Amino acid sequence: MIPMSAAVETPALSIESLRVTFALEGQAIAAVRDVSLAVAPREALGIVGESGSGKTQLCLAVMGLLGKNAHASGSVRFEGQEILGSAPRALNRLRGSKLTMIFQDPMTSLTPHLKIGVQLAEVLVSHRDFTWRDAERAALEALERVRVPEPRRRLQQYPHELSGGLRQRVMIGMSLLCEPTLLIADEPTSALDVTVQARIMDLLRTLRRELGMAIVMISHDLGVVAGLTDRILVMYAGRVVENAPAGELLRRAHHPYTDLLLKCVPNLNDTRLERMPSLPGQPPSPAAAEQGCAFAPRCARATQRCRTERPLLRDFSGGSQAACHHPISP
Amino acid sequence: MPPPDLPVSGALLEVRGLGVDFGAYAAVTNVSFDLRPGETLGLVGESGSGKSTLARAILRLIPAARGRVLWQGIDLLACDAASLRRQRRDLQIVFQDPLASLNPRLTVGATLAEPLKIFEPTLRAPVRRARIEDMLERVGLSRDMAGRYPHEFSGGQCQRIGIARAMMLRPKLLICDEPVSSLDVSIQGQIVNLLLDLQQEFGTAMLFISHNLAVVRHISHRVLVLYLGRAFELASREVLFAAPVHPYTRALLAAVPDPTRALSPTPQPLGEELPAADLGSGGCVFRNRCAYAQPACALRVPELEPVSAGHAVACHRWRELVYS
Repeated sequence: MIPMSAAVETPALSIESLRVTFALEGQAIAAVRDVSLAVAPREALGIVGESGSGKTQLCLAVMGLLGKNAHASGSVRFEGQEILGSAPRALNRLRGSKLTMIFQDPMTSLTPHLKIGVQLAEVLVSHRDFTWRDAERAALEALERVRVPEPRRRLQQYPHELSGGLRQRVMIGMSLLCEPTLLIADEPTSALDVTVQARIMDLLRTLRRELGMAIVMISHDLGVVAGLTDRILVMYAGRVVENAPAGELLRRAHHPYTDLLLKCVPNLNDTRLERMPSLPGQPPSPAAAEQGCAFAPRCARATQRCRTERPLLRDFSGGSQAACHHPISP
Repeated sequence: MPPPDLPVSGALLEVRGLGVDFGAYAAVTNVSFDLRPGETLGLVGESGSGKSTLARAILRLIPAARGRVLWQGIDLLACDAASLRRQRRDLQIVFQDPLASLNPRLTVGATLAEPLKIFEPTLRAPVRRARIEDMLERVGLSRDMAGRYPHEFSGGQCQRIGIARAMMLRPKLLICDEPVSSLDVSIQGQIVNLLLDLQQEFGTAMLFISHNLAVVRHISHRVLVLYLGRAFELASREVLFAAPVHPYTRALLAAVPDPTRALSPTPQPLGEELPAADLGSGGCVFRNRCAYAQPACALRVPELEPVSAGHAVACHRWRELVYS
């Protein structure tokens, strides 16, 4: 739910005209093209798109974690403070405390040779000047908060001794240690079984209610994002093609791409069996020159206009925005 | 359980009491099923349920500790190396990670040539090239892609290459080990539909492994649900999805993420992480996560019992659950 006071509060995150390009073998490759968005305090935003749609690069730009060969222009503000071009020292004060991120693979994001307890405590020692003794007590509380069974025993274990679901719980617990105001979750459940995924999503919903932080959740699966977020932003080839309140997007997609993505989520309701819905073709290469609507080659509704004139985001009823010349529900 | 040695009505593959041990840990315990030509059996369960282990033991990629794998009447587990090799041209596998399962230093054409060079060494080069190019087209790629390397392809395209490699020799059985789990949802359907088309064209039987029942539903004629290496429920697709009996099958179904359900309250997710198999001796291994567990469930291991024709469940309380 977007709080009523959202209009007057400083957004947790505001991005304006963000563009992320990479120089690769003399070619400029655009991963993010002119993206603007705002996340209100306590709001949960979902970002959905296929591999290569630019959703991960967008989040890395927010964290100030873009690769050395990346160039970002535009503006990324966290609670009013500009991130792009900030000194590493200033970024380090934010990252891991007010602004945190969890990743798809919890095994590679945890340090393999340190016990869970040490890794958790370290965050508070370095960000909050805790003593090790206090930090270890807080680490235990952090594991309790994310409902890790037998938390005292887990503090003494190494990452490889935990299951994938437990590791992701530990990562979430770690990201919450300094009471962040914005948590970015990049495909946090994609590497997990559906049963574990359901539990992690349930945990994120509960934590959001308890702690009141803003969340940006990235996924290729609308089915996963839909259960957590207030608003969903759909990206294609580096651009936002639809931005709508979650319920509105599920009931009435405007962009044909959103509609197809929704139909692709394997579900159990469809009584027609056999063939599985899928999107034909593939997203364009980020190196390809942009002409017209990037989705046109895969779109059944595309006309000549779509191939020459790029559609701009425009407003629809119900607070939705979509960039399409031939939207599904006008 | 049916008697082990009798040739069952036209089955291509008969797995009987298969067990696989990793040291003291039983990864697969007493699993039996049949597979008919052209049929797809879905193997479903969480990580650690033994579904990949079971598949690999059938292909003898890892050793089985107990049981039989009767392949067209021949016990693969008792085969010598030479006859195993002869059978293997009919037994192929597609792996989960499409890029990692391709050799990065071989062109796609060279990768697809390997099975032909091994099993049809007398084939002349132009014929081989034509077979490769036809197969590339058949799996939805273009003929000119034979000269390219795996890193030039997307995940979905790499999976098509993996499928093309497996299909080069027109196998009678294709094992698909989580072939779509690492792909975008938008692409998963492309791969599942391709497998359906290939099955229709070549009559290939399939074992399709997945943790997501919503995917399995599209491709399987029958489904076997595994938990900690044990068969929990075996049923036709129609029965399993319309009237699942085992509490674990029901929990798996409830866990499927579904945007159409996102606006309604979410069901209570299955509790606890998958436990270490220290529950093994005596009793049902699911009892510590099961909403229906009773003291009796700790006493005896439930065996697969027939519920109706073609539907079997390993649960002490199945009679009560059928009507709930």
